[in-house]
Amino acid sequence: MTGIEAHVQQPYKYGFVTDIESEVVPAGLNEDVIRLISAKKDEPAWMLDWRLKAYRNWLKMSEPHWPNVKYEPIDYQAISYYAAPKNLPKLDSLDQVDPKLVATFEKLGIPIEEQKRLTGVAVDAVFDSVSVATTFQAELSKYGVIFMPMSQAIREHPALVQKYLSTVVPMNDNFFAALNSAVFTDGSFVYVPKGVRCPLELSTYFRINASSTGQFERTLIIADEGSYVSYLEGCSAPMRDEHQLHAAVVELVALERATIKYSTIQNWYPGDDEGKGGIYNFVTKRGKCLGANSKISWTQVETGSAITWKYPGCILQGDNSIGEFYSVAVTSHKQQADTGTKMIHLGKNTRSTIVSKGISAGRGQNTYRGLVKIMKGAEGARNYSQCDSMLIGDQCGAHTFPYIDVRNSTAIMEHEASTSKIGEDQIFYLRQRGLSAEDAVSMIVNGFCKEVFKELPMEFAVEATRLLGISLEGSVG
Amino acid sequence: MAKNKVLLEVKGLRVAVAGNEILKGVDLTMRDGEVHAIMGPNGSGKSTLAQVLAGHPAYEVLAGSATYDGKDLLDLKPEERARAGVFLAFQYPVEIRGITNSYFLRSALNALRREWGEPELDPIDFLQFLEAKLKAIGWDDSMMNRPVNEGFSGGEKKRNEILQLAVLEPRLAILDETDSGLDIDALKTVAETVNKLRAPDRSFLIVTHYQRLLNYITPDVVHVLADGRIVKSGGPELAHELEAKGYDWLRDAAMVS
Repeated sequence: MTGIEAHVQQPYKYGFVTDIESEVVPAGLNEDVIRLISAKKDEPAWMLDWRLKAYRNWLKMSEPHWPNVKYEPIDYQAISYYAAPKNLPKLDSLDQVDPKLVATFEKLGIPIEEQKRLTGVAVDAVFDSVSVATTFQAELSKYGVIFMPMSQAIREHPALVQKYLSTVVPMNDNFFAALNSAVFTDGSFVYVPKGVRCPLELSTYFRINASSTGQFERTLIIADEGSYVSYLEGCSAPMRDEHQLHAAVVELVALERATIKYSTIQNWYPGDDEGKGGIYNFVTKRGKCLGANSKISWTQVETGSAITWKYPGCILQGDNSIGEFYSVAVTSHKQQADTGTKMIHLGKNTRSTIVSKGISAGRGQNTYRGLVKIMKGAEGARNYSQCDSMLIGDQCGAHTFPYIDVRNSTAIMEHEASTSKIGEDQIFYLRQRGLSAEDAVSMIVNGFCKEVFKELPMEFAVEATRLLGISLEGSVG
Repeated sequence: MAKNKVLLEVKGLRVAVAGNEILKGVDLTMRDGEVHAIMGPNGSGKSTLAQVLAGHPAYEVLAGSATYDGKDLLDLKPEERARAGVFLAFQYPVEIRGITNSYFLRSALNALRREWGEPELDPIDFLQFLEAKLKAIGWDDSMMNRPVNEGFSGGEKKRNEILQLAVLEPRLAILDETDSGLDIDALKTVAETVNKLRAPDRSFLIVTHYQRLLNYITPDVVHVLADGRIVKSGGPELAHELEAKGYDWLRDAAMVS
């Protein structure tokens, strides 16, 4: 194809650095660093003990190398595990937030000031290792909804945290989850009480700013019986020549008849065309449908990161529970993604749906990896999987690894897969109707992703569409 | 009667695809409001002519010129040609998954309207605009909410091209073998619609292998393309002659010349 991969050269829009005085713990990882992080967060002793236990587990583990990605070894002693802007207000008064931080989030499209807040969306803004503001907390508390930074929840709601923390992702689940358990900093904590439909969209925005640091957030969402919550996370980071590690853990727990909708718009810095810089996004996300008739739905739009390694999954324990995974993963430049889901069917008549759309451009490598496991007791379980790949240009790759493990003969499994290439003829057709080449690609890609985009909360579907346009801009010559 | 203004003037056009010269010097003059038919045997270069006028990047212009409405057509990008009023009804329309016909058409129309300096149409205004267009050609809106060409039968795809033609109101409409793959009823519908869309400020270049479409659309001029050159031009009666005698006698003539 003539010039189609000629210039996948879109400048990353969120690559600026905020010049703010920060406290950065020296690089390196040992028990003292973990004690320091715990002390910074004013944590109770049980939390520190838990972290140290995780750390000792982690020391015995080794980094997984089965994903279909290539990178230089990570030096875990060269990373700083805690960075925070100085002079953060102790109390939750947004008026006291450093204007530079307010301006940073405003520039990212996440206004945290009282008068400019997004309507219908409560935001927890996390900057490096700390939450700097959480909006609408008081309004939410009227409904009994708890939405706060994780470190605040550990102090204020220890019983809830202790009851559910690591019940979905055990501390030694995998190498990166163990590392996270040892050094995690802020993420969000959500509890929606029985029968409450959370009146606002909840959202967390993660910003990495400091250099040579990692971000290790931890998020825990609990939806009590008959409740509903929709949560969205977004993220970005400055352009730097170095790779930065982001190893998060997200746990969701849905009790009887509860529904959790979890959406991600991931836009970490992807690195340059030669693969220099960019975020290593190695995260563990899992939900447990604990109660009967509960539902967990993951929607992810992954456009950023040098390497993405994530498999948001569902453990379908309650009878009749439902798990869903809708994914768009874009790799351009020299990005690599190995992403997909795990659906573990334990309960009777559990159902899962997987719709994965992989788009590769430039020299990107895109892998779908998914596991559907039907356990013995899962009478009448059903799964539908659809994996579609789209290639733009001839230097990129698409790979699909679906694993299916069925131990109950009543299961009904469906799997569909397709691979297509955006052809010159398709682009020409649209240009012949008056659309520019960029608009033509964007229209084709958006059509391809439509089944996933329609799952996003309306406020964010537009953003996702725009982001997709940007990350592919210039991929057609 | 004074002749209309020249809309398209092609001179000595030579075009190659993947290094093979297909058009070997084509001359063609079309005036406003005229309907020209390009006929010829398979492989004579008919579709190449249609594609190169629309600006398909796979076609390489070796020599010659094409002037459209006073502009150097070959210098314009495909989308610029479209915005200047050049429309190609494709022989093989492509499918666009997940995008409704209605959304696609509105995006295309708005791209043209921006060029014309007219305000873009929002979905509601567009529906009204579309209803009027459909009414004028006597079609219903059953294709509008389906994804562009996806799951369309061959005939539906061709009809969809003509629908786009009706909505986008080009000055020069090029129909590339629109009749191929159509049953007789669909052929009639398409021809009737084209006849309704004929206008003093709209010209048609109809590329076809068979004469049957020309039973319903009477062209002003018929050209025969053979081996990359126009070897004969004439009135509508030439099409009938070709139907009766085939192309061989003209091909021989081309070899001799």
